[in-house]
Amino acid sequence: MELDIKLIDDNGKRLDGRSAEELRKIKIEAGVLHRADGSCYLEWGGNKVLAAVYGPREAIPRHTQNPLRAIVNARYNMAAFSVEDRKRPGPDRRSREISKVISEALEKVVLTEHFPRSAIDVNIEVLDAEAGTRCAGLTAAGVALADAGIPMKDIPVACAAGKIAGQVVLDLGKDEDNFGDADLPVAISPRTNEILLLQMDGHLTVEEFNKALDLAIKGCHAASEIQKKAILDKYQSIEGAE
Amino acid sequence: MPNEERKIVLPSQILGDIKSNKAGRGTFIENGKIISEKLGILNANSNFINVTPLEGRYEPTVGDFIIGVVEEALSAGWLVDINAPSPAFLHVNEVPWDIEFGDTEKYLNRGDSIMAKVSQIDELKKFQITLKDRNLYKIKGGHIIEVEPSRVPRIIGKKGSMIALIKKYIRCRIFVGQNGKIWVDGDTESIERVLQTIYKIESEAITFGLTNRIEELLKKDAKDVR
Repeated sequence: MELDIKLIDDNGKRLDGRSAEELRKIKIEAGVLHRADGSCYLEWGGNKVLAAVYGPREAIPRHTQNPLRAIVNARYNMAAFSVEDRKRPGPDRRSREISKVISEALEKVVLTEHFPRSAIDVNIEVLDAEAGTRCAGLTAAGVALADAGIPMKDIPVACAAGKIAGQVVLDLGKDEDNFGDADLPVAISPRTNEILLLQMDGHLTVEEFNKALDLAIKGCHAASEIQKKAILDKYQSIEGAE
Repeated sequence: MPNEERKIVLPSQILGDIKSNKAGRGTFIENGKIISEKLGILNANSNFINVTPLEGRYEPTVGDFIIGVVEEALSAGWLVDINAPSPAFLHVNEVPWDIEFGDTEKYLNRGDSIMAKVSQIDELKKFQITLKDRNLYKIKGGHIIEVEPSRVPRIIGKKGSMIALIKKYIRCRIFVGQNGKIWVDGDTESIERVLQTIYKIESEAITFGLTNRIEELLKKDAKDVR
């Protein structure tokens, strides 16, 4: 592809000065909303995401209830002002797809059999987008679920890897996503390394794919540490206030 | 529990081995390891490893006294919201009144509050409640507030010490439901003071020496101590 901009400069640095295996800056705060059972605010580079969890509560409409387990309804939504050109509000093909894959990823970690006939609602609101919002959203949802006290096997976490300028790199930024060759978002359960979500946009060879997957899993573990710290921090601050 | 270490655990944290310990509440077993399933405080009790939740919905247990709000009157009973993941069922046979079939609305209707007891939970987590026990009735008057269900043990205190304290310094009637709903009755000023005290307990639930601090606070503006 012919490009005006160089995605990786001669020193091996990327557009924002990161090296190939470096994450963007992540900031997580748990329990920011008082009306929700659990919530989380997350900044991942230029992404700003708010996640709120409600439930478990009775699933409505009733025909959606599962007599044996709870259902997880994730709703991913981008604010109209989150992108450069105004995004037409409301669900579209893209956000419905992301909602579905995130719901399925979360359903794998939540102990849904504890709450038959109920629903756990997860609202993910993207306030500011800069590539990798589904990973940021899922990571925020993981913290919000833990903050809501919902029993689960693990705190899910997501991170993307990709290929830019012929090289496999971690956590694509906006221009890297737009002008790069491939994007591979991965969500895992960090305790067992089980894959909860894996999508791919673009083309990778088998070797590149394996390298990108390993890199993304490494990124997930780094993000997972930040998640856990954020949850503990909420309670340490209360204890310290004595 | 003064100076006893309170350790906060996260879901997925490994707490022990099934060889040396037994998995208690709030944990699950995978590959011979005991793992926490929710955010909570670790407490080990005679070989059992338990996690007491810090947040979360009310999980009904048989014998719990709770406060519920009637959602719907059916022909053979009522559906009652008890803050649990699904509504509880109150059968006509479980109330002290003699009700003819279909006459349920005359006794309890949508919006009415009741003090009740959890009587049965089946494998499908269907909850049944009853009004047939001492001190259980339809609530008339007073004030109902909601607190985080995980804070209820702190509001009651050890063997009811915290509630006894509030009752000692403030003239009022209180009923604490295990599901986080609290009924308070008395004059306007007392209710106001009780609510303030309860919210303070709720917000400082995981700190140490809380009972003493609450007592000092209550003593300061106590009028008639009984």
